[in-house]
Amino acid sequence: MIRIGIDVGGTNTDAVLMDGTKVVAGVKAPTSADVMTGVVQALRDVLAASGRQATAVDVVMIGTTHFTNAVVQRRDLAPTACVRLCLPATQSLPPMVDWPPDLRDVLGNHWFLAHGGNEFDGRIISPLDEAELRGIAAQIKARGINSVAISSVFSPVSSEMEKKAGEIMADALPGAHITLSSDIGRIGLLERENAAIMNACLRDLSRHVVEAFRSALKDVGFGGRFYLTQNDGTLMDAAFAERFPVLTFASGPTNSMRGAAFLSGVKDAIVVDIGGTTSDVGSLQKGFPRQATVAVEVGGVRTNFRMPDVFSIGLGGGSLVVDGPGGVAVGPRSVGFRIVTEALIFGGSTLTTSDIIVADGAARLGDPARVSHLDPALIRRARDRIAFLLEDCVERARISAEPLPVIVVGGGSILVEGPIAGLELVLPDHFAVANAVGAAIAQVSGEVDRVYALAEMTREAALNDAKAQATAAAVAAGARADTIEIVDVEDVPLAYLPGNATRVRVKAVGELHV
Amino acid sequence: MSDAWPLTEADLLPLSIGAALLGTGGGGNPYIGMLRARELIRKGAVVNVLPLGALPDEAWVGEVGGIGAPVVGIEKIEEGGECYRALRAVEDTLGVRTSALISAEIGGANSIEPVIAAALAGLPVLDGDGMGRAFPEVQMTTFFIYGAEAAPAAIADDKGNVVVFRDVKDMYWLERFARDTSVAMGAGAGLAITPMRADFVRRAAVPETLTQALTIGRTVLDARAKRHDVVDRICRDTGARLFFTGKVTDVRRHLQGGFARGEAQIAGTGEWHGAQARIAIQNENLVLWVDGRAVIMVPDLIVNLDLDTGEPITTEILRYGMRLATIGLPAHDLLKTPEAMAVVGPACFGYPDLTFTPLAA
Repeated sequence: MIRIGIDVGGTNTDAVLMDGTKVVAGVKAPTSADVMTGVVQALRDVLAASGRQATAVDVVMIGTTHFTNAVVQRRDLAPTACVRLCLPATQSLPPMVDWPPDLRDVLGNHWFLAHGGNEFDGRIISPLDEAELRGIAAQIKARGINSVAISSVFSPVSSEMEKKAGEIMADALPGAHITLSSDIGRIGLLERENAAIMNACLRDLSRHVVEAFRSALKDVGFGGRFYLTQNDGTLMDAAFAERFPVLTFASGPTNSMRGAAFLSGVKDAIVVDIGGTTSDVGSLQKGFPRQATVAVEVGGVRTNFRMPDVFSIGLGGGSLVVDGPGGVAVGPRSVGFRIVTEALIFGGSTLTTSDIIVADGAARLGDPARVSHLDPALIRRARDRIAFLLEDCVERARISAEPLPVIVVGGGSILVEGPIAGLELVLPDHFAVANAVGAAIAQVSGEVDRVYALAEMTREAALNDAKAQATAAAVAAGARADTIEIVDVEDVPLAYLPGNATRVRVKAVGELHV
Repeated sequence: MSDAWPLTEADLLPLSIGAALLGTGGGGNPYIGMLRARELIRKGAVVNVLPLGALPDEAWVGEVGGIGAPVVGIEKIEEGGECYRALRAVEDTLGVRTSALISAEIGGANSIEPVIAAALAGLPVLDGDGMGRAFPEVQMTTFFIYGAEAAPAAIADDKGNVVVFRDVKDMYWLERFARDTSVAMGAGAGLAITPMRADFVRRAAVPETLTQALTIGRTVLDARAKRHDVVDRICRDTGARLFFTGKVTDVRRHLQGGFARGEAQIAGTGEWHGAQARIAIQNENLVLWVDGRAVIMVPDLIVNLDLDTGEPITTEILRYGMRLATIGLPAHDLLKTPEAMAVVGPACFGYPDLTFTPLAA
């Protein structure tokens, strides 16, 4: 099978072409403002470098950190209103209560509590009030907001109220992007609502980004299937991704960690993926990212996705370096893809981390003469600050005193001066494009989430049935039957329901069949 | 009141971490309660913590807590005044005003519920509770074990309903009525028990458990900040002992009488490689068997921690593949008397064949 993996970062777009398990070629191109130019460039470069035709490629997998970066940097986020169906319950904690204040301000802190919501057993807390919702819609319209997240108490048990409220909002606000929390998350009102709000504020951006991918692939003559990678390292088709950009959160880190394991052959390590805007740090166990057991924060916001235990810091090759009375500040703002015009070494006027590294003689990039004027003391202090940030994040990712190796991947690896926190440093081949490799090797999943009445069948029979259904779903989604593994089994009894009802979730993954 | 100290916003995180650990797998997640208390403190509420001995003998102490299913607590968040309304209802019924509040249950979400009601009522909270851990039922407190009255009690929901139990034969009847009413109220409600005299509370409460929860939470945060092995630090600094490490190979759950009961199988790793452990669950962890031998049993505390991060693992999120460290903490002596055994001993949880063998303190 010939596949292309693409990873679009805030700074670089990486692409690899793989033939089976062999990396034939890997390239980097700067991410462009319109996304598409950079993707087309990377696709053309990787096809040229590998000597293959676009028509010979079976499938394209795309990982993008666009959406995570947008939240982390508080950029390109649409003003968003959250409507929670709940009254009189939940008044003690309004939507976005535990968000970082700056992110809440960017979205406008627009929230409304309305009547509605369900009890755990499906009874209603209070009836949906259409007039109330139309009044809220009028306020949303008056504030010029076009993105709406709707949450409702116990919507994973009964999503009817969210759906009805969504219809009322769509009718009152033609053209608005509406996200229902029940489409995204699990039990846990605040976390599910957080994810829905973030999804809503990204919908303008997602339409733009997915459309850009579609035309980029067409431009290079690829007419086959393309997928986006989601946060569990598996694939979703483009139309789905456009509606649910939030599911791509942390897919970049998952891809780079899986790619790092694949390329280095090291199965247990700390992985630091340094991009242009952020560094993602996580721990690799047996070749897979360690899964978070508790709520995962994205840009400082709690969510309850099942996600790799990875965190991002605002440090990359394009991070701004600002000297001030309080010392040198590095990041979290970054010039991102504009590094090729804005960094000093490329003739721009913004001091970035890459300028510091080049000025220190530690990397060849751009025009070193343009940074020869930098004060050596400033260079030293900036490098010390970078080293401190790296050491701090590696230490945070360490969960034991065991001296695990640190695998450094990503285009921003030039920022590393030597061993981090005294640990062995591994720089694998193709390290700069590890995330594109991770995207290319992403798998296909099938999931089942349904309620069984154990009065009618044994638990074993129910689990076997769910496993068979998940396997069938994975095959239907394009997985090869002989590669399928059951990776997740969960059964939770539902309280107070007759017939000893239990909710079973099973996930199966396998290699993409071509 | 010279020993009083105000609970600050900075105390809330360690308190919630310590309370989650003392929840022994249950008790509900204190995160929501922590946020609610934080909102109130940020708006200017002051809650002082008093030692058990600080009040005069004849002062009244109120006991409040949430009642319902933990999963409801993270979904149908409180309107806010549930426990406060229940408190005012029992005070009115008894014709007294309370001088302080105390937690029924330091383990889990109910560690913070009295703090919230105290903030609304302008009262202090006492440094102690009725369990020193979490238990699934209302009667399982040292207050009831040592003779607190079962009535009047009151339960309040999010909608403004307040139900007062005026005459109740005993604490088991109260559990039954309160449980059924809470289910009717959506499996999440605020319960206030009859106010108790301060001299009784001084004798019957498990002392200094708010401080204990804070100490555990601060130890965890300190260990994380210093990159220490969190499980190791908890064992070294808080009197806990490591009993097993392993990987969960199966979790089966079923419902019995409205409670989530179940069992987890764990395959040993590290020092316990080759050994098999089994943990019985009823909301909380009840019994730990290693290779068929019961090594820790209720009322002693059995706590599962994430092997790597030291994060307490609740029985609801316990799932296949998790890597655990199982630690034990001895229960307070008030929970080990013959009177206590009749209410919270292994037999009360469906293990009549187990004779309680306490952990060494």
